[in-house]
Amino acid sequence: MKRIRYGRIAALVAAGALVLTACGNDPVVAGGDSGGNGGGSEETSLSGELAGAGASSQEAAMQAWIAGFGAANPEAIVTYDAVGSGAGRTQFGEGAVAFAGSDSVMDDEERATAKERCGGTDAIHLPLYISPIAVVYNLEGVEDLQLSPATLAGIFNREITNWDDQAIKADNPGVTLPNKRIIPVNRSDESGTTENFTEYLAAAAVEAWPHEPSGDWPLQGGQSAQGTSGLVQTVQGGDGTIGYADASKAGNLGVAKIKVGDSYVEASSEAAAKVVDESPRLEGVPEGDLAIDLKRDTTAEGTYPIVLVSYLIVCKSYEDAAQGDLVKGFVSYVASEEGQAQAEQAAGSAPISDTLRSEVEASIESIAVGS
Amino acid sequence: MTTTGEPAAKSRPGKQRTPQRPGDLVFSFSAKAAGVLILLILAAVAVFLVVQAWPAIQLDSAELAEEVHWVGDAESLLDYVGPLVFGTVLAALIALAIATPIAIGVALFISHYAPRRLATSFGYVIDLLAAIPSVVYGLWGGLWLMPKLYPVFDWLATNLGFIPIFEGPAADPPRTILTAGIVLAVMILPIITAVSREVFLQAPTLHEEAALALGATRWEMIRMAVLPFARSGVISAAMLGLGRALGETMAVAMVLSPGLLYSFLILRPGQQQNIAANIALKFPESSGMGVNVLIFTGLVLFVITLVVNMLARWIVSRRAEFSGAN
Repeated sequence: MKRIRYGRIAALVAAGALVLTACGNDPVVAGGDSGGNGGGSEETSLSGELAGAGASSQEAAMQAWIAGFGAANPEAIVTYDAVGSGAGRTQFGEGAVAFAGSDSVMDDEERATAKERCGGTDAIHLPLYISPIAVVYNLEGVEDLQLSPATLAGIFNREITNWDDQAIKADNPGVTLPNKRIIPVNRSDESGTTENFTEYLAAAAVEAWPHEPSGDWPLQGGQSAQGTSGLVQTVQGGDGTIGYADASKAGNLGVAKIKVGDSYVEASSEAAAKVVDESPRLEGVPEGDLAIDLKRDTTAEGTYPIVLVSYLIVCKSYEDAAQGDLVKGFVSYVASEEGQAQAEQAAGSAPISDTLRSEVEASIESIAVGS
Repeated sequence: MTTTGEPAAKSRPGKQRTPQRPGDLVFSFSAKAAGVLILLILAAVAVFLVVQAWPAIQLDSAELAEEVHWVGDAESLLDYVGPLVFGTVLAALIALAIATPIAIGVALFISHYAPRRLATSFGYVIDLLAAIPSVVYGLWGGLWLMPKLYPVFDWLATNLGFIPIFEGPAADPPRTILTAGIVLAVMILPIITAVSREVFLQAPTLHEEAALALGATRWEMIRMAVLPFARSGVISAAMLGLGRALGETMAVAMVLSPGLLYSFLILRPGQQQNIAANIALKFPESSGMGVNVLIFTGLVLFVITLVVNMLARWIVSRRAEFSGAN
């Protein structure tokens, strides 16, 4: 009897050990080794340690960038701590990290702190991660759904509660819509996706969306879920559900076309990159700062205005020459065609356009290194 | 046994004294150190919570709204914590209401009905439930359980909707407090079962045999001899389960659409939220005062669990003379 029991315990321990080792073997980055071969062969490769922190939206892309950059510069170690935009900007201001990733632009106070941290020069925003946000839905029998901004806002403000509502019918001529209740799903955690989505609703549907843009969903008492995967799973789990998520995570859910100007536009990388090009730069920012004043209510053809733009924030000068070179090298790689392609593959982001790239390159060039 | 004879003989002439060897000293010291350490850790956690929560406690309502944007319409810190406490307790009570009867049944089956050999392995299986990480329960609840619950919830809302708590329409997918309660019930089942089983096994065999000898059926014997004896033990088992249900994070965060309302609607989404899950959701994007507010909610949870556990202890000690646990 005793022996049997010990045998059982031993089996349990062994099973536990197996489970633990299985956890440790996670592949860190997929497709990381495909980069590098082309770049960096002629330049002297960089070395040293570079630390960044910030937005979790960039995490998947950042993993790919770090892997690609590391392949070209084996001596350089770049780390990125996805602590969230706010915490990333704080750490950058404190000088704990050399660059920050952020979904939103620094406010005046943060700019002042950053200036102090950067030895009297300004910190600048570089828009290097553009991700379209798709309006996903799960409605049996409806393949193509088209929505105007006002209808979309009405649905998410729970004014439009049934799928055969007149407003939705007007957007979808010739489509039979079921008499079913609409279940809007939002994110339950604070997120950049929510912030950008509500920013869009507030700008494009002024009358139908009375709430302030915010990273927290402004309404209570509805369906919500944690994280993009949780939201997608919730939309999947119900019938008549609608939500918003990174376009790359939409999976096999229906994706609604959104009305821009006179036509309905699909969420795509090109359309997302285009709206960034169409938008003016933010005014009153230091030279070289490329913070974008996104034109959410754009009517330009072929643009998709529900996008998340995430920045890398860097100093305009680095006293430590080695650190500065490393920052410049890394950010250049991120902005390069190869870097953007890596991010598209890993995170489904939209590669920046060539126009924007040349602007970013000029900004990177202007970063002063050493004193 | 033979080795202890010699030193005992040596000390016989004087006072009767227990011999001291290095092993005794080391052992008593390490045992004491372990005991003190656990108190120190508890105190350190409490101090940490109070110190970190203090800035939030001192804020007045205007500052609070300004510094922490997600408190919403809450006028004060207590206003914000109130619904969270309500949701935490509601989810835990639902879990307890479901889990306790089942756990008692399982424990009775193991202690009094099942054949010996089956009972042992059955006990292992129940204990195994406790070893499953809560995030797995969350996944299980979200991916497997939910689609199966919806028809049931829908039926409840349509047919029993006149009872206020079942007011529909039922959420689809059913990310409601009732789902969270069911998942929590499964999670606390092992601990309640394990403790109840131990208590049932300690029911005096003489009483049981006496009851049977007087012509009682097995059910009557259990009702007369086992259950009264074990009552306080079962209550404290349920309290232990309650403690775990109160503090559960991941499973709740994964199956519940949160909301901050004092609402008894258990079939509707976005009505309630539990403290631990709220911290998990808000913490990643919080900074500054937001963190202090979250830690304050953690302090409240700490106090609630402390009170629940003390209550359990008190109930047990009140009936100590009946309980086999002491």
